[in-house]
Amino acid sequence: MKKRSSEINCICKAGYRMRTINTNEIITALKEMCVEANLSLSPDMADRIHEAAEREDSELGSRILGQLCENMVIASEEQIPICQDTGMAIVFVKLGQEVHVEGMNLTDAINEGVRQGYTEGYLRKSVVNDPLIRTNTGDNTPAIIHYDIVPGDQLEIMIAPKGFGSENMSKLYMLKPADGIEGVKQAVIQTVRDAGPNACPPMVVGVGIGGDFEKSAILAKTALTRNTNEHSSLLHIAELEKELLVELNQLGIGPGGLGGKTTVLAVNIETYPTHIAGLPVAVNICCHVNRHVKRVL
Amino acid sequence: MERYIQAPISKEQIKELRAGDYVYITGTIYTARDAAHKRMYEALQKGEEIPFDLHDNIIYYLGPTPAREGQVIGSAGPTTSSRMDKYAPLLMQRGLSGMIGKGKRSPEVLSAIRENTCVYLAAVGGAGALLSKCIKESEVIAYEDLGTEAIRRLRVEKLPAIVIADCEGSNLYETAVEDYLNAHNNE
Repeated sequence: MKKRSSEINCICKAGYRMRTINTNEIITALKEMCVEANLSLSPDMADRIHEAAEREDSELGSRILGQLCENMVIASEEQIPICQDTGMAIVFVKLGQEVHVEGMNLTDAINEGVRQGYTEGYLRKSVVNDPLIRTNTGDNTPAIIHYDIVPGDQLEIMIAPKGFGSENMSKLYMLKPADGIEGVKQAVIQTVRDAGPNACPPMVVGVGIGGDFEKSAILAKTALTRNTNEHSSLLHIAELEKELLVELNQLGIGPGGLGGKTTVLAVNIETYPTHIAGLPVAVNICCHVNRHVKRVL
Repeated sequence: MERYIQAPISKEQIKELRAGDYVYITGTIYTARDAAHKRMYEALQKGEEIPFDLHDNIIYYLGPTPAREGQVIGSAGPTTSSRMDKYAPLLMQRGLSGMIGKGKRSPEVLSAIRENTCVYLAAVGGAGALLSKCIKESEVIAYEDLGTEAIRRLRVEKLPAIVIADCEGSNLYETAVEDYLNAHNNE
């Protein structure tokens, strides 16, 4: 019986072989990625912070940005996490439909990788097992996993540890179609204004427009993982990203919420088709410690 | 202005601090965040003892990452203070003198800061590696079962922080952004 199921798993109708990936490989990758994400920022994020430090014209703001630059150096040289909130592990999985995962259940394997990364990598365990009873799970699991089935024979895994100082300041709006682009802008501006010093500015703002209630939120989170050097490939959305970046930085909230021209380092927007009656807008705030590491297996 | 302060902190020293001062704290402080606050609050309400004497002491809203071998503590930056707003006024009534965190406080906390001659300071959020270098000793003294949320006694040297709310009622978060925009627009 066992032999038969493995034959079915490995050979498709036309005799085409599936690519097999063992979950041990996935566990090791996740473990390493958890640690890597928490010790150093991606080059684009580090660039944004350095640029801001050079540009800031508030004395205190400039001092704070200087500390953030120094913090990045200490973190990578001394292997101390950039921020003590090493986050809840958000994992985006793109599973090629020609991949056969061998070993254990894929979700269990991802959680095992997160468990090993957080316990062996000196990261903080910040997850409680029940939102009301609140006992720490002790190993930062479970992760929040978003699966996507895609063409091909590769497995792409992205981990984005998310801190909750900024997560708590995120918002979701069910706007009316008549609110249009101006309504979207006001929603984003109001969210950043309300976040103020609580979300550790300078922030990165991920916006999801369209879909439904939960799709917009996932789009917003996905937007945070996009390289901050890139704009949306949709012209009107790229324009909106640029306009919002300027307007948000005119709020004057500044580094630490103590005044300055650097409130937001980037605005990334993702969109999806929506219903004739709706215009969902999700605004996911991330602090300057916008972490994400991607690997393709 | 820049000031060097000692912890525990005397009321005389608190009275000299003004919103906007950049301070370096040296001495003994305690960590406590959400779960430890809830426990201390409930203990005080029941008339029970809490793990340390609050008088003249400063609480740092911190849940650090674990220390590697040879390190005193892991990453050690501030967490968002507003989650402690429910508990902070009672702690101040019972002697707590200072809080280090980040972000806005409730009107009730701001009143308690004035009424009890306390101070609220912000450390730079997201600079946990840098701030950890100012922590010279760290010891869990209570609530060990809470993991990162346990109460720790820290010995700090020149821990940098900014006075946000002083005992006279000034609040830097209410004035700093406006001051920056006014100065900027007048240029």
